[in-house]
Amino acid sequence: MLLPFFQSIEASALSKAISTSSWAFAVIESVHLLALSVIGGAVLMLDLRLLGFGLRRQTVGEVAREAQPWLIGSLIVMLLTGAFLFVSEPIKCYYSTPFWVKMTSLALAMLFTFTVRWRVTRGETATRVRPIWLKTIALVSLLLWFGVGAGGRWIGFSG
Amino acid sequence: MSLLPFCEWLASTRGSIALHESLYMYPIVESVHVLTLCIFVGMSVMLDLRLLGVALRRVPVSEVTDRLLPWMLAGFVVMFVTGLLLFYAIPIRSYQNVFFRIKVIALVLAGANAWIFHAGVHKHVAEWGLGRTPPRKARLAGAASLFLWALIIVCGRMIAYNWFDCDMKPRPLIKWAAGCVDK
Repeated sequence: MLLPFFQSIEASALSKAISTSSWAFAVIESVHLLALSVIGGAVLMLDLRLLGFGLRRQTVGEVAREAQPWLIGSLIVMLLTGAFLFVSEPIKCYYSTPFWVKMTSLALAMLFTFTVRWRVTRGETATRVRPIWLKTIALVSLLLWFGVGAGGRWIGFSG
Repeated sequence: MSLLPFCEWLASTRGSIALHESLYMYPIVESVHVLTLCIFVGMSVMLDLRLLGVALRRVPVSEVTDRLLPWMLAGFVVMFVTGLLLFYAIPIRSYQNVFFRIKVIALVLAGANAWIFHAGVHKHVAEWGLGRTPPRKARLAGAASLFLWALIIVCGRMIAYNWFDCDMKPRPLIKWAAGCVDK
């Protein structure tokens, strides 16, 4: 069902421009990696706090508020550069299991981050939630984002 | 002095060949190396942004260093060990790769920058750590760290490309910088 769509992307001028350029993929990939370190820091800082590590003297709400703009900013860069990387080789992605693992993890991670994790860590809400639930939320978040990262790295090893 | 003979010897060891030819170990080591970016550089970036006065402005600098430094150090150890293993798997090509050489120089500079910061302006963090915008020396340390780690990440990624490898007959300047030798 998706294959014809992916094939039409592969046939586009943008796809050809990136995949035939000797440096475009490398440069986009580098920006993708730079944003990875920022999003990693923003996600980890809050998840560590939920687990009771890191910036423990600040409330969960304070850490969440500080991390939020960096999370959103780096996520936008990740999505944009990621889209360009995908456009350069959609057929390879279509047949790559790690790609689908990554996309599934990404959808779940974003859904979880902007619904459950967002609401619980906003303002004073966390003070009314039992610590075991805060820890569970942190572990789910770490697991989902790890799936995104590991899946992403593995696309390069396959095919 | 050239380290090429050492690298050639390293490449001939059994462990190096095994790691280089392994189906899963090499990708696993590389994945751990890349994903640990999130822990080490991720925390480091947060500290640097705090030093620049653009993130965590309400958190005292001393608390950011106290609470995040153990995580940075743990992440750094993992990055360093996996990085050594990656070099161990492919010693000669890495040694004669300009990106690898720039990366090593930048690593040394990043270490020096961190040392200067901790031995210098950070000693008096109690005097300025509560301020939203740290003093000039601290801001400079944060900016230098951000620049150097970005350079290290980009160079690290570029090592994978063979554009300037010795067998690609690079220009004289690159040939010299990569330490290529005529056979």
